[in-house]
Amino acid sequence: MQEFPEILLDGRLWQIVLLSLQVSLSAVALATCAGLPLGAALAVGRFRGRDSLIVVLNALMGLPPVVVGLFVYMALSRAGPLGAFGLLFTPGAMVIAQTILILPIIAALSRQAVEDAWREYDEQLRSLGAHGLRAALTVLWDIRFSLLTSVLAGLGRASAEVGAVMIVGGNIEGVTRVMTTAIALETSKGDLPLALGLGLVLMTIVLVLNAAAYLVKEAAQRRYG
Amino acid sequence: MGFIAKIACALLVALPAFGQQRYITVASTTSTEQSGLFRHLLPIFERKTGIQVRVVALGTGQALDMGKRGDADVAFVHDRAAEEKLVADGFFVERREVMYNDFIIVGPKSDPARAGGRDAVAALITLAETKMPFVSRGDKSGTHAAELRLWKEAGVDPAQGRGAWYRETGSGMGPTLNTASGMNAYALTDRGTWLSFKNRGELGIVVQGDKRLFNQYGVMLVSPAKHRHVKKAEGMALINWLTSAEGRRAIAGFKIDGEQLFFPEE
Amino acid sequence: MMLPLELRAASFRDIIKPLSLQIEAGPSTIILGANGAGKSVLMRLMHGLLAPSSGTIAWRRPGRHAMVFQRPVMLRCSALANVAYALRVAGEDETLAMGALKEVGLAQLADRPARVLSGGEQQRLALARAWALHPEVLFLDEPTANLDPSATREIETIIRAFDAAGTKIVMATHNLGQARRLGDEVIYLHQGRVLERASVDQFLSRPASAEAAAFIKGELPWVS
Repeated sequence: MQEFPEILLDGRLWQIVLLSLQVSLSAVALATCAGLPLGAALAVGRFRGRDSLIVVLNALMGLPPVVVGLFVYMALSRAGPLGAFGLLFTPGAMVIAQTILILPIIAALSRQAVEDAWREYDEQLRSLGAHGLRAALTVLWDIRFSLLTSVLAGLGRASAEVGAVMIVGGNIEGVTRVMTTAIALETSKGDLPLALGLGLVLMTIVLVLNAAAYLVKEAAQRRYG
Repeated sequence: MGFIAKIACALLVALPAFGQQRYITVASTTSTEQSGLFRHLLPIFERKTGIQVRVVALGTGQALDMGKRGDADVAFVHDRAAEEKLVADGFFVERREVMYNDFIIVGPKSDPARAGGRDAVAALITLAETKMPFVSRGDKSGTHAAELRLWKEAGVDPAQGRGAWYRETGSGMGPTLNTASGMNAYALTDRGTWLSFKNRGELGIVVQGDKRLFNQYGVMLVSPAKHRHVKKAEGMALINWLTSAEGRRAIAGFKIDGEQLFFPEE
Repeated sequence: MMLPLELRAASFRDIIKPLSLQIEAGPSTIILGANGAGKSVLMRLMHGLLAPSSGTIAWRRPGRHAMVFQRPVMLRCSALANVAYALRVAGEDETLAMGALKEVGLAQLADRPARVLSGGEQQRLALARAWALHPEVLFLDEPTANLDPSATREIETIIRAFDAAGTKIVMATHNLGQARRLGDEVIYLHQGRVLERASVDQFLSRPASAEAAAFIKGELPWVS
C-alpha cells in the first residue's frame, strides 16, 4: 500500500497554492495595467506601424514560456544586465517572467474587444466631445466586464505554465515552488498519482477563479445591459 | 481601475516577505534533491546556523554553469573532472569531497540482454551488441558524464545507435527513468533517485557493485573574487558543516526503506 | 451666434457631390431624401464627424452643437450618469444632469441603467444629454426611425421644446408627416445633390423637381 503523500498532510501544499496564486495574480495585475491601455491604444489609435504591431502582438500570444524564462534568466542572472538586483530565483523573478508571457495575450485580446466596441462608440463619443485618450478610457471602462475575458485568458496561461517559472524561480522548496513546478517535480520522481492529484488541485483553483469571474460578469451584464 | 491597482499593491507588497531571512543559494543536482537528502540535511543546518539554504536542482552541467554565472553561492554536484577544471579556471574555490553513492544500471527485470552482474563495462558491451533499448540522460549532467565514461571504457560509441536502440531524453534523471519505464529499456541512474522513484513498472536493478560505478559528490564555493555578491561566510558555513563530523553523521543517517544512500568521505 | 453654417463646394467621396449651401438661424430645417441620398453623411459633415473630401464647411463663430443619432449609444451606467458624462466632457457642471432628465420626463428613471431602457426612453435620454449642453444647433439623424407612434410623439414634443428654447433644429428624416409637424423649410437631397430647398408647405404641395414629386408620392402613396 502506498503511503499517504506527506505533501498533503503538512502546510506545504497550502504554501505552494498560495504562492502560485500570488505570483500569477500579481503577473495578471501588472500585465493588465500595461496591457489594457496598450490594447486600447492599438484599437483606437491610427499611426504608422500599427498593423505590424498588431500582427507581432498576436504572434507573441504564442510565446513559448521556456523562451520567456530563458530571456528573463539571462537578464536577471548575476552576469546579466539586471543582475545587481539579485532577483533571480525569487518570486519577483517569476512575476516578471509571467507578466512578459501574458502581456501580449491581454493586450491582443483587449485590442480586439476595444476595437469592436469602438465601432459602436466612436461617433457618439466624438459627438460629445470625447477624443483620444479620454474616449479610449471611456470605452475601456464601459466594456470592463467583457475585458474580464481577456484578463482570464492571461490568468489561465500564467497559472498553467511551468517553463518560465521553473527556469527563473528554480523550483526552490518553500521559496519558489508553485503548483506547476511541484507537478513537474513529482512527475520526474515517478510519483504520477501525486502529480495528477496536484494537477487536479490546480485545475480546481483555476475553475473556481473562472467561475467567480463569470458570475461577476453575468451579474454586471444583467445590471448594466 | 482602482480595484485592480489595490489588488496589485497587496500582492506585490506580500511578495518581498520571502526575502527577509539570511539565506544562500545552492546549485545542486536532481539526484540529491529528489532523493530527499536535502530535506533531511538542511533543517539540521538551518537550526544550527539560522541560514536558510535555497536549493536549485539541475543537471550537474547546468548547476556548474549557474555557479559560473554567479547565480548561486555554492555548488553541490558530482562530476569530479569538470569540478576540478572549473576550480583550476578560478570559477570556484574551496572544493571539498563530501560523500559518494553509486550508480546502478536498471533494466527489465527479465534482463533479456543477459547483461546482469557486477561488471558495468561488460554489461554495456552486451547491451550494444544485442542492441537492447538504452535510455540516456543526454543532458551533460554528472550522471550523463559518468555514463559516457563507461561507454568509452567499453570501447563503444553509443552515438552509432542514436535513433535506434540508444535514446537520449535530454532531461533529468526522473523523466529519463519515466521514459525507460515506459519503453522497458535499460538506463544508468544513481541509486538515490532510483530508491525514491515510484513509477518503476517492470524495471529492476541489473548491474550494481562495480567500483567504476562509484559516484563522487563535491561541494565548492563560487569564487567571491569573480562574483563579489557571493555570500562567502554563509557558503563556507555550509561547506564546513557538510564536511564536519556532525554533517557526516547527518549524511550517513539519511535512509530510504532502511537503506543508506550516501556515504560521507572519511 | 454661431450660425450661419456655410458649406462651400463641400463633397464627401462620391456620396455627397460638391454642394454649397447656408444653414441660417431661425427656421427648423428638415433634410429629406430617400435612403442612400446622403442625408446621414451630410449631417455628419455639418456636425464635424466627417471631414469633407473637398470644399469647406465653416461656422460663422465657434459654438456648441449637438447630435442625436438614429440609434443612440449609451454608456453602461445609469441614465443620470450618462447625462453627467456628457456634461463632464463638455466641462460643465454635472449637477445640471437631473434638470435635463426632468425636461425629457425621465427623472423617475434617473438611476436605471441606461442600456435597459426602452428604445423611446433611450432616445429621450439622448435628447436629455443634448439638452444639458444647451447647444445652439441640434442635429437629429432620423431620431424616430425605430420608434412606435407614441414614443415618436414624445420625441417630437421634446424637439419642439428645443425649438422653443431657441435651439436651431436640423433634422434628417424621410417621414413627411414629421417634416410637416416639426419643419419650417426642407432641403431635398437626391443622390448626393441638393435638388430643392423650399418651405415645407411649398415642397409638399408643389415640388419643383420630378424626383421630389416621385419621392413624395412614394412616401405618401395614399395621397394621390
